[in-house]
Amino acid sequence: MSSERGAAPLGLKIAAVAGLLFLHLPLALIFLYAFTTEERSFAFPPPGYTTQWFGIAWSERPDIWPPLWLSLKVAAIATALSLILGTLAGAALSRTKFFGRETISLLFVLPIALPGIITGISLRSAFDIMGLDFSMWTIILGHATFCIVVVYNNAIARFRRLSGNLVEASMDLGANGFQTFRYVVLPQIGTALLAGGMLAFALSFDEVIVTTFTAGQQSTLPIWMLSELIRPRQRPVTNVVAVFVFLVTLLPILAAYFLTREGEHAGGSSK
Amino acid sequence: MSSSGPSSQPAFAMPSAVSFRNVSRAFGSVRAVDRLSLDIDEGEFFAMLGPSGSGKTTCLRLIAGFEQPDDGHIEIFGETAEGVPPYKRSVNTVFQDYALFPHMSVGENVAYGLMIRGVSRAEREAKARAALEMVKLGGYELRRPAQLSGGQRQRVALARALVNEPKVLLLDEPLGALDLKLREQMQEELKALQKELGITFVFVTHDQGEALSMANRVAIFNEGKIMQVGSPVEIYERPRSRFVADFVGSSNVLPPKFAAAHGGTAYWTSLRPERIGVFAPGTLVPAVQAHADGIVTSINYQGSATRFCVTTDEALLTAETPATAARYRQGDGVRLIWPKSAMVAMEAET
Repeated sequence: MSSERGAAPLGLKIAAVAGLLFLHLPLALIFLYAFTTEERSFAFPPPGYTTQWFGIAWSERPDIWPPLWLSLKVAAIATALSLILGTLAGAALSRTKFFGRETISLLFVLPIALPGIITGISLRSAFDIMGLDFSMWTIILGHATFCIVVVYNNAIARFRRLSGNLVEASMDLGANGFQTFRYVVLPQIGTALLAGGMLAFALSFDEVIVTTFTAGQQSTLPIWMLSELIRPRQRPVTNVVAVFVFLVTLLPILAAYFLTREGEHAGGSSK
Repeated sequence: MSSSGPSSQPAFAMPSAVSFRNVSRAFGSVRAVDRLSLDIDEGEFFAMLGPSGSGKTTCLRLIAGFEQPDDGHIEIFGETAEGVPPYKRSVNTVFQDYALFPHMSVGENVAYGLMIRGVSRAEREAKARAALEMVKLGGYELRRPAQLSGGQRQRVALARALVNEPKVLLLDEPLGALDLKLREQMQEELKALQKELGITFVFVTHDQGEALSMANRVAIFNEGKIMQVGSPVEIYERPRSRFVADFVGSSNVLPPKFAAAHGGTAYWTSLRPERIGVFAPGTLVPAVQAHADGIVTSINYQGSATRFCVTTDEALLTAETPATAARYRQGDGVRLIWPKSAMVAMEAET
C-alpha cells in the first residue's frame, strides 16, 4: 500500500518475469534444438550448431509429408465447415429472440470448454454406434466441434452490431436473399469471419487429444511428432517440424488478433 | 366501400395505389393492425398519423412487404401483394434510421438498386448523380455515409429510394431524427419533390403538425384501427371522435349535457381553444355565439399565443388568444365566448 501508484512491488515483478520465462523458455529451447548437432538426446548447451536438419527434413524424410498433408487438409476442411455452420448459427441466434436462446448459445460454445478427452471419447463411441469407419472425415468432424465455436463467437458479435434495417433496405431495393448476403452482409462480417476462420485453422492444425480418439491408423502432424519423440535418431528433425507448426499456427492467430482489433475500431469504440 | 375485386371492376376504373381490405396482423396476442380497410390514391401525399403502437408502422411494413397480413387482402396498383417479397415490389422505403450501407460510398448507396437490377455502370452512375442532384447533394458521390450530417444522410436515403422510380414511396418517420429548423426545411422540400415527381408518397409520423402541413390526406390510427381519414382541414375542423379531437391539435371535449346547455347539441362535442375568446364578465353575447363564465385558473404564455385555463361551473375550458390580447390574470373572472358553429358534435363517444 505504501508503494507508489502504478509501480508494482519488486516481488510481483520478479514473479511476473519468472512466469513469462516459464511459459516461453521451452519454446525458445525447441527453436534452439532445431539447430543442434547432437541427434540422440537434447543436451544443454548443444555441443554445436548446424542447419543440416532443415535440409534433411526437406529431402530425406518422406514420412513427414503424409501427416503434414493430412493436417493441412483436415484444418482446411474443418475450417470451411465451421465457417458455414458457425455463420449460419450466429445469424440465426443474433436475429431472433426466443425461449431457450441463451441455452442454445451455451450449447454451441460448450465444446471449447469441454476437456478434449471427453469430446474425444464421446465422439469415438458415437462413431462406433453409427458404424462409421475412422478416416480423415471422422477427424474433421471431431475438429469441427470446437472450430465452429470460434467462428460462431466472432460472427455473432459482428451480427449483433449489424443493423437489421440494412438487410431490409437491401431487400427493399430489389436484392434477393443471396444478393443481400453477397453485397451487404458479407462485407460487414467479412473480417470477423476471416479472423474466426484463422483461429479455427490454428486450433485444428495442432490438435492432439480429440484427434487421437477420432483418427484410425492415420497420423496428423502433431501425432506424428509425438511418436517421433520416442525414436532415438534424427531428433532435431522433430524440432524443425515443430518450428514449422509454430509458424503455421502463430501467424493466423496474430492475423486474427489484428483483424478483430481493427473491426472494433471501425465499430467506433476507442482503443 | 366497394367490396368488389379488381376483376369485377370496369376496365377504365383506375385502381388505388394501395388498397387494404380487412387486413389484420397480430404479433403474439397484440393485434397491431385490426381488420383495417384503406385506399390510397395514385399521386397522393398520404400521412399515417397516430401514437406509437397504433399500427401505422406495421401498415407501412405491410405495404413494403416486410410483414405479411394474417388475414385480409392488400393490393398495390391492382396487383395482389400477399406473398410477394419486398424485392419484387415496385415500392421503396426511406427508413427511419436511413439504413445507409456503411461500407459503400454515397454514390454506391444510391446506385445499389440499379446495380441489383443489372443496369450498366455508366448508366447507373449517371442516374445516381442525377438523383443526388435532385436532393441537392450533387458532388457527394465519393463520400462515406459516416461523413455526412443527419440531414444529408436523409437526403441520400431519399435519393437511393427515388432513383428506382418506385410507384409508391414509403417514408417511416422521415424527419424524426432532424432538428426543428431542418425539419421545417425538409417538409417543404419533400412536398415540392412529391408534386414534381407525382409519385404516391405514404409517410408515417406521430407528429400531427408534420402530417397536417405535408399531406393531402391523413389517416388517424389508434389501436390498430383507422379512426378517421380525410384532408387535414377535415381532420382538424371536423373530428369525428374524442380521440381524433384530442390527438390532432388540442381540443376542449365537452360532455353532451354541457354542450347542449351552451349552444350545441347533446353529443360529445369538440371545441378548439383558438375559437374561444376571453372577455370581461358581462360582455354582450350575439345570438350566433355561445358563452360560459368562469375564473382563470392558470395562464400559459407561449410566445405567439397565450393559453388560459378557465374553470366554469361544469367544465374546465382552455382558450387560446393572440398574446397581444391577453390582459387577464390568474383569479380574474372572465366570460368565454365562441361561435356556435365552432362546436363540432362527434359521432363516436371515444
